[in-house]
Amino acid sequence: MVDKVKVNINGNDYFVPENYTILKAAEENGIDIPTLCYEEGLPITGACRMCVVEVRGARKLMAACATQVSDGMEVLTESERVVEARREILRLLIANHDLRCLTCERNGDCRLQDYCYRYKVEDTPYKGEVKDFKIITDNPFFIRDYSKCIKCGKCVSICAEVNGAHVYEFINRGFDTKVTSAFDDPLPETTCTFCGMCINVCPVAALVEKSTLWKGRPWEVKKVTTTCSYCGVGCQLKLKVKDNTIIGVAADKSGSNLGHLCSKGQFGWDYVHSKDRLTHPLIKREGEFVRVTWEEALNYIAGRFKDILSQWGGRALAGLSSAKCTNEENYLFQKFMRVVLQTNNIDHCARL
Amino acid sequence: MKKEILVCQGSACVSSQSRDVYDALESELKVRGLEEKYSLKPTGCHGFCEQGPIVLIEPEGYFYCQVKDKQVPKLVDCLQEGSVYEELLYKSSETQEPLKTRNEIPFYQKQKRLVLQNCGLIDPESIDDYINSGGYSSLQKVLSMEPDEVIKEVKDSGVRGRGGGGFPTGDKWYYGRQPQADKKYIICNAEESDPGAFIDRSILECDPHRVLEGMLTAGYAIGACEGFVYIRSEYPLAVKRIYSAISQALEKGYLGKNIMNSGFDFDVQIKQGAGAFVCGEETALIESIQGNSGMPRPRPPYPAEKGLWDRPTIVNNVETLSNIPIIFDKGASQYARIGTQQSKGTKIFALTGKIRHTGLVEVPMGITLREIIFEIGGGIKDDKKFKAVQIGGPSGGCLSEGYLDFPVDYDSLIDAGAMMGSGGLVVLDESTCIVELARYFLSFTRMEACGKCTPCREGNTRLLEILQRIIEGEGKMEDLDRLETLSRNIIDTSLCGLGQSAPNPVLTTLQNFRGEYEKHVKERKCPAGVCQALLSYKIIQENCKGCGICMKHCPAGAITGEKNQPHNIDADVCAKCGECVDKCPFGAIVPG
Amino acid sequence: MTNSMNEILETDVMFAIGTNTTEAHPVTGYRIKQAVRNGKKLIVADPRKIELVKYADLWLCHRPGTDIALLNGLAHVILRDGLWDEEFVNEHGEGFEEFKSAVEKYTPERAAEITGVDAELIEQAAHMYGSAEKATIIYAMGITQHTTGTNNVMAIANLSILTGNVGKRGTGVAPLRGQNNVQGACDMGCLPNYYASYQKVDDKEINNKFEQAWNVALPKEPGLTVTEMIDSVYRGKLKGMYIMGENPMLSDPDSNKVKKSLQALEFLVVQDIFLTETARFAEVVLPAVTSVEKEGTFTNTERRIQRVRQAIKTESEAKPDWQIIIDLANKMNYSWEYPGGPEQVMEEIAKLSPLYGGISYSRLEKGGIQWPCPTRNHPGTMYLHADGFTRDKGKFHSVEYLPPAEEPDEEYPLMLSTGRMLYHFHTGTMSRRSQMEELRSEELMMMHPADARENSIKDEDRVQVESRRGKVSTKVQVTDHVPMGVVFMTFHYRETPTNNLTIAAVDPICKIPELKVCAVRVNKAGA
Ligand SMILES: Cc1cc2nc3c(=O)[nH]c(=O)nc-3n(C[C@H](O)[C@H](O)[C@H](O)COP(=O)(O)O)c2cc1C
Ligand code: SF4
Ligand code: SF4
Ligand code: SF4
Ligand code: FES
Repeated sequence: MVDKVKVNINGNDYFVPENYTILKAAEENGIDIPTLCYEEGLPITGACRMCVVEVRGARKLMAACATQVSDGMEVLTESERVVEARREILRLLIANHDLRCLTCERNGDCRLQDYCYRYKVEDTPYKGEVKDFKIITDNPFFIRDYSKCIKCGKCVSICAEVNGAHVYEFINRGFDTKVTSAFDDPLPETTCTFCGMCINVCPVAALVEKSTLWKGRPWEVKKVTTTCSYCGVGCQLKLKVKDNTIIGVAADKSGSNLGHLCSKGQFGWDYVHSKDRLTHPLIKREGEFVRVTWEEALNYIAGRFKDILSQWGGRALAGLSSAKCTNEENYLFQKFMRVVLQTNNIDHCARL
Repeated sequence: MKKEILVCQGSACVSSQSRDVYDALESELKVRGLEEKYSLKPTGCHGFCEQGPIVLIEPEGYFYCQVKDKQVPKLVDCLQEGSVYEELLYKSSETQEPLKTRNEIPFYQKQKRLVLQNCGLIDPESIDDYINSGGYSSLQKVLSMEPDEVIKEVKDSGVRGRGGGGFPTGDKWYYGRQPQADKKYIICNAEESDPGAFIDRSILECDPHRVLEGMLTAGYAIGACEGFVYIRSEYPLAVKRIYSAISQALEKGYLGKNIMNSGFDFDVQIKQGAGAFVCGEETALIESIQGNSGMPRPRPPYPAEKGLWDRPTIVNNVETLSNIPIIFDKGASQYARIGTQQSKGTKIFALTGKIRHTGLVEVPMGITLREIIFEIGGGIKDDKKFKAVQIGGPSGGCLSEGYLDFPVDYDSLIDAGAMMGSGGLVVLDESTCIVELARYFLSFTRMEACGKCTPCREGNTRLLEILQRIIEGEGKMEDLDRLETLSRNIIDTSLCGLGQSAPNPVLTTLQNFRGEYEKHVKERKCPAGVCQALLSYKIIQENCKGCGICMKHCPAGAITGEKNQPHNIDADVCAKCGECVDKCPFGAIVPG
Repeated sequence: MTNSMNEILETDVMFAIGTNTTEAHPVTGYRIKQAVRNGKKLIVADPRKIELVKYADLWLCHRPGTDIALLNGLAHVILRDGLWDEEFVNEHGEGFEEFKSAVEKYTPERAAEITGVDAELIEQAAHMYGSAEKATIIYAMGITQHTTGTNNVMAIANLSILTGNVGKRGTGVAPLRGQNNVQGACDMGCLPNYYASYQKVDDKEINNKFEQAWNVALPKEPGLTVTEMIDSVYRGKLKGMYIMGENPMLSDPDSNKVKKSLQALEFLVVQDIFLTETARFAEVVLPAVTSVEKEGTFTNTERRIQRVRQAIKTESEAKPDWQIIIDLANKMNYSWEYPGGPEQVMEEIAKLSPLYGGISYSRLEKGGIQWPCPTRNHPGTMYLHADGFTRDKGKFHSVEYLPPAEEPDEEYPLMLSTGRMLYHFHTGTMSRRSQMEELRSEELMMMHPADARENSIKDEDRVQVESRRGKVSTKVQVTDHVPMGVVFMTFHYRETPTNNLTIAAVDPICKIPELKVCAVRVNKAGA
C-alpha cells in the first residue's frame, strides 16, 4: 500500500496517496485543472504549461501534471498569479493559431476554445508572425493541418509509446518547432500503420479524419460506444453518427484497449455503407439469384429443412455459426440447430 | 635543469598559427642539433588568447607573445645565448615597459589560478606530465576513504556547480548516493552551449586528466561504474584530448577494472552533443544520450534520483569536476577559505567585449566586477566609457555601472537579476544600444530553445517582436509593461532553465536602463546611435562648405542645396544609410 | 486467455510463439511493445522476422511445425537447471514424472537439430523464461493451426505449469483469438460437443437440463466439426447446411474441396451481410445486418463480455441475425418469443450458462465483465485459477514432436505458411469493402531473396503458386522477413484464394486444419 499524505488544495485538506501528482489529487477531489498536453497513460512531458499551479514555498509556478504531492503541500489552483499565467499561455497559443473557428471541425469540441472561454481570453495582444502551413492530405485517412497544431506532443507520444511506430517528432527548434513526421515525409512513406491514435489524442483540429470533414458539427454528431467488429481483442470505440451514417470513430477508454485502436478499428468501418451490401432475400432460380420477400424466403427454407429432416433426420443437417455474430445470435443459432434441426453438427471458424 | 620550450597549442593559438611556430622550432632545434638540450612541448591555453601564439621558456618563465614562425631562428639564438628576446615580451599598457614573466602581467596578477594551474604548463597529451604535477594523487586519497567520507569532504568544501545553477555539489552527490540501483552514471557536462564561453573547452584541451579524476571521484562517491563525457562536436581538439586521456588512463590503470587496486571499476565513454543551447540542460542532455531529441523533461524527479535510463545520475559541469582534485589535495577546510561565505573557490570567466584584454580568467569568488573589468581586463577599449556588462551568458543579466562594486558570487548575481551561468562576461561600452543588446541575446535563445513548452517557444518570439518594434521606432509605452509582464510569465511558467532565464536580458535592461527604452519609444531616438530606423542626420550648417559630394552619394536623393551653400537633408526621404556621413570631407554631417 | 490483456504490462518475461501479434492483434501488440519499452524481456519464437523480433531480447527462428520440439527443449533445460517451481508442481501438477521422462530426450542439441535454432539460444531462452518472477506465454494461430495443434497448446501449458506461471497476476498463457467473437461463439456452445459454457452434450445430466429448459428432446451424440462437415458432404452424408456469417470458401483449407462439397449439397442457406464467395453457392441467401445495426454482446479474447450497440438504423430489408433465426424457428412451428430482443436472450443465456450467470445488459452498461461471472454480484474474473486448479487442468501432458503432414520435397520444394496482415481481416469481406483497401489491395507473397534468386523472381513479379491441391496467382514481395525455403501468404484476397493451396489435414483431437504448413512450388507467371 502506498502511504497517504495530506495536501491542501485551495484551502481544503485532502488525503491522497503519496505517489499522486497534484493533477491527480485535484482531479480525484473534483477540482478541475486545465491541461493540454497531459494524457493518461502517456509519459508526462510538461510541455504546454497550462496546468501550472502555485505551490507554497516554490519560487516558480509548478506544472500540476508533473509535480508529485508531498506531505503538507499547499496548492492554489486558481490564484490570481495562476490565472494570469494561464491567460498568458492562451494568448500566446492563439497568437500562433489559425483562428478560423467558424468552420473548424473541432469547433465546440476544442480544449483551446474551452479554456479561452473559461479564462475570458477573447483576443491576443501579440500580433506578429503566425506559422501558416498547407494542409497535408498525404494519406487516405486523415488530414494534417499544422496551422492549428499547438505542439502538445501527444501525437508524438502515443505513436512512439503505444504504437511503437515513432512516426512523429518535433522538428526544427525554438519558434520554428513543428510536430510532424521525420523530415516532413508523407505518411505513407513512413512507418505509420494508420492506427489513427494520433487523431484521437489531438486536442485541436490539427489531425482530423477525412471522413468527418464537412459532415457535421461536433454537437450534431452522436457518439455510440460499441465493440470493434474485427479481431478478438475486442476494442471499445465510439462510432460517430450523423444522419444515420457513420462518419468516423472516436476513442473510448472504458475497455482494456484503453482508447487505443488499430487501423481496422479506426478506419475499417465503412463496409457498413458499402453498395455491395445484401439488401433483400434472394433465391436461386435456374442458376440466377432473384429477389424474394422475407415471407417467401423463410417459407421456402422451412420447407426444405423440414423435407430433409423427415427424410434423413438431423444428422443430415449442419450449421456454421459466426465468430462475427453476437453471443445472443450464436446462442440462438446453436439452439436452432439443436432444437429445431435436431443436430449437434454445429461449428464455427474458431479454429481459423 | 633542461630548458623547456612550451608552445601553446590551444584552439585560439592554433588558429593564430602556433602550429607553424612549433614546427619551425622543431626543425630549427634539429638543424642546430639542439634536440637533446632543449625539450620542446605542446601545451594547452594560457587564457591570454588575444596575445597568442604564446611560447613559454622554463625555468626562466619568459612569456613570449604573438610569436611568428619567422622569429624562431632569433628565438633560438636567444635561447642559446641565454638572453631575452625582448620584442616578443608583453608590454605594460601603461608604461610600455616589457614584462618578462607571466606573473608580472596585470592580466594575471589578480587571478587565482587553481583549476587552470596546469594550463599552459603541461603537455595535455601526456599523462606523465599530469602525474608529475601531482595528478591522480587526490584519487589515491579518495580511494582510501569511505564513499560517505568523500561526500562529506565535498560538502564541507562548499563547492557549488559551475554549470550555472550553483547547486551544492556535495548535496547532489549525497542524493545520488542514496537510491539503490543496478547501475548509476556520472555525466560530465561539456556541452558548453553558451557560444561566448570557452572555459570547459579550455580545461579539456589543457588538462583533461583533471576532469577524469573528478569524474572518478564522483563515481566512487555515489557508486557508479560508468561515466559519459557529453561534449560539443564543434570542439574537435578537446574531443581528441579527452580521447587520448582516456586511453592513457586505461593503460595506466586509472580507468577500467580495479583501479589502483581498490576494487573500484570505472569506465568513461564520450558522446558528442547536438550543439543546441538547450542540450546543455541536464535533462535534455540525458535525453540526447538516450538517443532521443534533446528536449528537457520535467524535474523533479531530478537526475540524481532518476536520470540516464531512469538510473540515478550525477550531471556535473567540467569546471565543477575539475575543482574536485583540488579539494582533496588541499583539504576541504583549506579550499573553503577561498571565496565568500556562500560561494567557495574560484570561478573562471570568459572575458570578451569592448575590453582591453580578453581571454579566460580565473578569479576567487567574491571579487568585484570592477576588479575583473578594470584591473584584469585593463578597462574599456579605445578609451570609451563603460556602459554595461552582460554576465552569465545569453540568458544572463545585463548590469549597469551601479553594480561594478558588487561581489561576484552566486547569490549576489541572482539578487541583481543576473546569474553566474556559464561564466560568459561580455563588457559593453557606450556605443552599445541596450535595446538592441536585449534583442540580440533574445534572438539567440529564441532559436536555441527546444520548442517544447509554450511560454518559451511562443513567448520569447513575442518579446523579440516587441523589441524589434521598439528598435524600428514603432514602440508604444504599453509595450514596455507588456515586455515586463510577459517576461515574468515566461520565467514563471517555462519548463526548463532556458525559458526560465531567457527573458533575463530583457528584464535587467529594462530595470537598469529604462530611460534608454523610453527614449526609443517616446522620443524615437536611439541614444547610442545604433538603431537605424531611429537615426536622423543633420548637416551642421556652419561646417558645410556646399561641396555637393554628399548629394552625389546619397542613394535616396534626400540631400538638396546650392553649390557653395550649406546643404540640407530631407528627413522624410532619407534612407538612413549613413553614406553621407562617411563621404563628407568636412565632418559636417552628424546623427541627431 | 487465462489472464488479462493489460497484465502483459506487469509480467517480467513475455514469450511470444506463433503469434504475429502486431499485425493480427495490433492492440495486444502495443502492450507487448510497451512492456518492452518499460524494460520487460521478450522472447519471440517465429520462423518469420516479424515486427516483434525487433523488440525481442531473443529470437528463436524455428522451422515451421517444430514448436513441440522447441517447447520440450525449453522444458528440458528448465528441469535440468532446476529453474522449475517445485512447490507449485508438487501441489498442482499431475503427471509430472511422466512428463519429465518425456522431455528427457529433448536435449538442447536435439531440439536444435529439429528446430534449426541454436542450442545456445534455447538455453538462454529457457533461462530467461524459467528464472522470471512472472512470465507469460502469448500464442495464436501459429501454434494451433497444425496437425499437432492440440499438442502444441499442451506443450505450452506444460511450460507454464512447470514454472508456476499460473493463477497469478501477470502470468499465464494468452492464446489470442482471431475473430472478434470466436470466444463468444465457443462460450455459447457453437461447438459440436458442447452447450454453452462448455457443458458437454453427451453428459446426461446436462442434456437433461437443456431438454427441460428448451422443452424438447435433444440429440445426444456430439456432432461434426467444420472440416468433418466438408468431408461428410463430400461423402454424401450431409444434405443441408445453414451458414451464418461465415465464408469457408476463402477461410477453409483446400478450397477446391470445399467448393465441391458446397456444390454437392442438396440445400444451402447462407445468411450474411455480403454475397460472399460461399453465398454464391447457396440456394437461399438471407441479408443480415452489420454489428453497428444491432444490439448484442461480444466476448473478447480475455473473456470480457462487452456490449455491441446499434448506432444506425438499417435502410434496407436486411435484418439482424437473431431476428432471422427467431423468425425461421417460428416458421418451423416453434413459438420463440423474445420481445425483449437480445437483452432477453442474454437473460436466458445467464440462466443456462454458468460462466455467464451474472451477466445482464444493465451491468454491462458500465463496461465489460470477464467470465467466469456466476452471479449477479460477482465482479468477474481478471485471471483464472487464482485459487489453484479445478481438477485436471493442472495436468502435464507428455507430447512428442511429429513432423507436419506435408513437408517440402523435390516436386514442391517450398513450405507455405499462411496468416494475416494488419490492414485486412480474415477473408476481407468487411475490410476490403472499406477505406483499408487503399492501403493494400492485393496479395504480396513473401519470399526470401535467396529463393527468389533461385527462381529468377524479382520483387513485385507475378507468380503462380502451386500445391498438390491447386494453384493461385500472386505478386511477390522479396524480403528476408521469411526464412529461406518458406513463403508466406495471407488469406484476405479472393483474387488470390490462398486456401486453394493449403491442406485439409487436421489435428486429430481438435480438428483444426494445418494451415500453417504445406508444400508448394512457385513459377514465374507466363514462364
Ligand atoms: C538552457 C541551459 C543550458 C545549460 N547549458 C549548460 C552547459 O552548457 N554546460 C553545463 O555544464 N551546464 C549547463 N546547464 C546546467 C545543467 O543543466 C546542469 O545544471 C549542470 O550541468 C550541472 O552541473 P553542476 O552542478 O556541476 O553545475 C544548462 C542549463 C540550462 C537551463
Ligand atoms: S496513425 Fe498511428 S502510426 Fe500513424 S502517425 Fe498516427 S499514431 Fe502513428
Ligand atoms: S498535431 Fe495535435 S496532438 Fe500533435 S502536437 Fe499538434 S496539437 Fe498536439
Ligand atoms: S523552456 Fe524553452 S528550452 Fe526549455 S523546455 Fe521549454 S521550450 Fe524547451
Ligand atoms: S498539462 Fe501539464 S504541462 Fe501540459
